[in-house]
Amino acid sequence: MQFALLIFESPEAFAARNADENDPYLGAWRAYYKALVEADIYVGGNPLQPPETGTTVRLKDGKRRVQDGPFADTKEQLGGFTILELPSLDTALEWAARCPAASMGAVEVRPVSPEYKRRVTG
Amino acid sequence: MSGSEQESAHRTIERVARESYGRLVAYLSSHTGDVGSAEDALSNALVAALETWPRDGVPQNPEAWLLTTARRSFIDLVRHRQVVEASEPTLALLREESTDMILLPEYPDERLKLLFVCAHPAIDPAMHTPLMLQTVLGLDAARIAHAFLISPTTMGQRLVRAKTKIRDGGIRFEIPQEPELPQRLDAVLEAIYAAFGIGWDDMAGVDQRGRDLAEEAIWLARVLLQLMPAEAEVHGLLALMLHCEARRAARRGPDGRYVPLSEQDCRKWSLPLIAEAERHLEEASSRGHSGRFQLEAAIQSVHAGRARGRGIQWNAIMMFYEQLIRISPTLGTRTGYAAAVAEAKGAEAGLAALDGIDPDDISAYQPYWAVRAHLLQRLGKTPASLDAFDRAIGLTEDPAVRQFLLQRRG
Repeated sequence: MQFALLIFESPEAFAARNADENDPYLGAWRAYYKALVEADIYVGGNPLQPPETGTTVRLKDGKRRVQDGPFADTKEQLGGFTILELPSLDTALEWAARCPAASMGAVEVRPVSPEYKRRVTG
Repeated sequence: MSGSEQESAHRTIERVARESYGRLVAYLSSHTGDVGSAEDALSNALVAALETWPRDGVPQNPEAWLLTTARRSFIDLVRHRQVVEASEPTLALLREESTDMILLPEYPDERLKLLFVCAHPAIDPAMHTPLMLQTVLGLDAARIAHAFLISPTTMGQRLVRAKTKIRDGGIRFEIPQEPELPQRLDAVLEAIYAAFGIGWDDMAGVDQRGRDLAEEAIWLARVLLQLMPAEAEVHGLLALMLHCEARRAARRGPDGRYVPLSEQDCRKWSLPLIAEAERHLEEASSRGHSGRFQLEAAIQSVHAGRARGRGIQWNAIMMFYEQLIRISPTLGTRTGYAAAVAEAKGAEAGLAALDGIDPDDISAYQPYWAVRAHLLQRLGKTPASLDAFDRAIGLTEDPAVRQFLLQRRG
């Protein structure tokens, strides 16, 4: 089954993206990505631009509401996601613990919902 | 009652709960198999103690007080369940015993039976350790869940399911006899060692999970040794864990930096723990046959020789690993063997030993990649070594170990 690893990062972790090629956080991510691919469990994923680049849209009473910034105002913000093909939640949690963001933020593990997708896509 | 007396009452409750938890649960559940109710009863008794002891003073025999109170609550709980599920024999047994019980100054120690129940072949092996930690030591599900990287709710559910199986699945509270004993004892030892955490033997930057349960595991091994003082492998297990525990203070630098075994300052090792480990190892080997834990302890003992100014005898370590592979050819053993071969005969030979391991088995096994990376680096095979370092780093959970490997990678 597939699991999404939702990567929540601290402001420091977002800042580390601008560091040079030898930055340990970047090195850890490169190594983690390689380990996922070599273990043949990587399905897909993408990093996101930092939270301040986000824009949130709502329709309230038929009126558009546009907000600068991310949906939730929290210290740790969604910084990207990875989809993995794994046999169980237990193994997904193991891979989440190895994620470099786990010690600099948090990693939320959620099963992907193919049932709901089928109802939506028909 | 004064504040300090209240404080002392709380401390007594904590101490008695810590020391007697397993004995009380084991005794209460040994006839009915109802571990869950025994735990509930004991926690009711502890709540009652928290209410009354600070007010009325600590009873003369705190353990007996807890036992009597827990016992009453246990009968209520089982009776309540019995009304629903009608298990009259159990209830009759309880009624018979309820009177002598209170008169008993000493009650039998049934913890050994409880340990064997927790590691029973009918129970999911993944639950052996959590069951022991909860029923014998009284750790709560949340703490166990963190150590095992499972959500607290899930761990709670799995523990309840396992206890229901013990109660309703006909798992008997008994000490297994020959010829089953060695295998059943093995399961108990494995479960205790799992709490201690794998990877302590540190091949090349490998210690990862389980650290926070190390002391609990040593406590469990001491309990087991008290109950089975003649078993060589119990001594072996305790020796192994004490050797590793002796190095705790040397494992991190002052800045939290990870320090691999070969670079540890052995003046920071605990000599009393090493001495105790050596005594148990001698005790184990004096009993003849050598087992897995004795061999692993012997390997650690060779490393510990450094504290007495001796160089590491890698040939001896290699030989112990060879014997170990015959008994338990796990990935950890085979990787450790390769690391020892590399020290004894050179990096090429070590790599050849690593190449003998099935590639399908090691795609997510960090120690293999860590050892491989170091050996390739030593041989100057840069691109291959960088690749292996990446695999090791990507599979590392501990940020300090990750940092260490990133630095070594360069």
